[in-house]
Amino acid sequence: MNNTNHGSITQKRRRPSEILLYGLIFLLAAFLAALVVFIIGYILAKGLPAISVQFLTTAENPIEETVGIFPSIVNTLYIVFFALIICVPLGVGGAIYLSEYAKNKKIVGAIQFASETLAGIPSILYGIFGFVFFCVLLNLHVSLLAGVLTLTIMVLPIMMRTTQEALRAVPKSYRDGALGLGATKWYLIRTILLPCSLKGILTGVILSVGRMVSESAALLLVAGGSAMYMPRGSVWEQLSHSGSTLSVELYRYAMSRGDNSTAFGIASVLIIIVALLNLLTRFVAWRLNKR
Amino acid sequence: MTNKTSILSGRRTKSLVERIMNIIFLVCGLASVVSVVFMTVYMVVSGGAIIAETGVFRFLLGHVWNPGGSEFGILPMILSSVLATLGAVLIALPVGVLIAVFLAKLSPGKLATAMRAFIDLLAGIPSVIYGLLGALLLVPAIFKLQAAAGLPNSGSLLAAIVILVIMILPTIISVSETAIRSVPKQYEEAALALGSTRLQAIFKVTVPAAKSGIVAGMVLGTGRAIGEAMAVMMVSGNAAIMPELLRPVRLLTAAIPIEWAYSSGLHRQALYGIGLVLFVFIMVINLLLRQVMKKGGAQDE
Repeated sequence: MNNTNHGSITQKRRRPSEILLYGLIFLLAAFLAALVVFIIGYILAKGLPAISVQFLTTAENPIEETVGIFPSIVNTLYIVFFALIICVPLGVGGAIYLSEYAKNKKIVGAIQFASETLAGIPSILYGIFGFVFFCVLLNLHVSLLAGVLTLTIMVLPIMMRTTQEALRAVPKSYRDGALGLGATKWYLIRTILLPCSLKGILTGVILSVGRMVSESAALLLVAGGSAMYMPRGSVWEQLSHSGSTLSVELYRYAMSRGDNSTAFGIASVLIIIVALLNLLTRFVAWRLNKR
Repeated sequence: MTNKTSILSGRRTKSLVERIMNIIFLVCGLASVVSVVFMTVYMVVSGGAIIAETGVFRFLLGHVWNPGGSEFGILPMILSSVLATLGAVLIALPVGVLIAVFLAKLSPGKLATAMRAFIDLLAGIPSVIYGLLGALLLVPAIFKLQAAAGLPNSGSLLAAIVILVIMILPTIISVSETAIRSVPKQYEEAALALGSTRLQAIFKVTVPAAKSGIVAGMVLGTGRAIGEAMAVMMVSGNAAIMPELLRPVRLLTAAIPIEWAYSSGLHRQALYGIGLVLFVFIMVINLLLRQVMKKGGAQDE
């Protein structure tokens, strides 16, 4: 790569137009890096001062004029947790079917096509579908549960893709060896394939969590836009009520209430979560390579 | 997986558990197919009502969006969405490819790794945060341009385009970079040996060879741009009028969350109709992407 730069013929032929192009490329790269630093720095600078213990652990109190985002933190956790409970087995199972069981090419094609299609559908359309199907037709109303089900479909392709990639990386000799020793297919999956692809599945989970935490458009329609009160009642009761997650709450504070300092506070919380999830994916990938 | 000669092909060796697990996994696999079928059916059923009510042409080509007066023409929104997407892709594509070239070919390895981490982070930032920053920093910056042009201060098509450029750059960069990296090194070395400069080798040999991957990145970016709702809603000013660069516009996606809360009856059905139009756009883009990927795959072999 670099050996072309030392006194070679290419050195002499560098023209002004080339220098200009080099300049443009480096400028754009530097600009992009600066933009990322600026975006994150700006949000943290504006938002971190708003974060306090009270901000994180209480609900908004209009009488004492204090702001808190605890309810939306709880709503976010509910949605992420329950969506994962449904989506991880579905996605992993689907991937196992595709790579281990499916023999009919048409079924494989249909599942692949469906998964790609789901991955390309924007979240606002998930919102409309979720509302029409879960909230109205299944009579779940605008609720966290409807949000859970909608997001499950939304992150399903992520889970399936990452698991499929992980399964593909398991050497064929493992399968042959196990089957040759007389293991049944389910035994092979349970004891060899699943443990071997655990890291890949984990990556899928982290990516899904990231997507769900950032999600706002769909949840605004199917799970509603308020998180005023501290959580109360049983888990089921809370799931059947409406409530906003952090991202939706950020939108509500910024747009309908014009409270930018709270909005930036939530934005910093979100940025920190996203950055942590990013680090976690890298850590998982790194551990994967080490093996 | 070819079990023809394996002992597993004997039906008797398959226990009940095996057969049950087979069915469970099949059901999991079909979940995505069922979801797509249901989505298609319900998007068409819910969105078709308004189109049947007002007629295809009056809905798609009508200039006036006035829910109070039961006038539902979405041409301004369609054009705004198309222009915003087109503008964003036209800017983000060359910028993204140049940055991808930088990452794949020109930058030292450690710098590229660091930049990739940054770009991943950029891709992970929730769209409401882009909207918040856009509304507070970008929109006021455009006020000066609007004042110079004698227009009132507001959100604008330009702001939507800039936000979309930033939002689709990570997609275009990472897909293009993968494509550029997968071009065999010999191509470039051959070009260098024939006396071309480094940049000539990259831009006349490597980048054209990575064309199908770059096009895939572009189509993916287009899909993301046309489907983005929250961020563009927060910066575009939301007036359902014919699009002009410095005037407020309302995009198809933005119309849905904005009017959702206070819509009912025919108005709500019109929003479903907008959803159906978007759905059709996205499906066309998906099919296009599939076509491009298939072609790229065929070329690689």
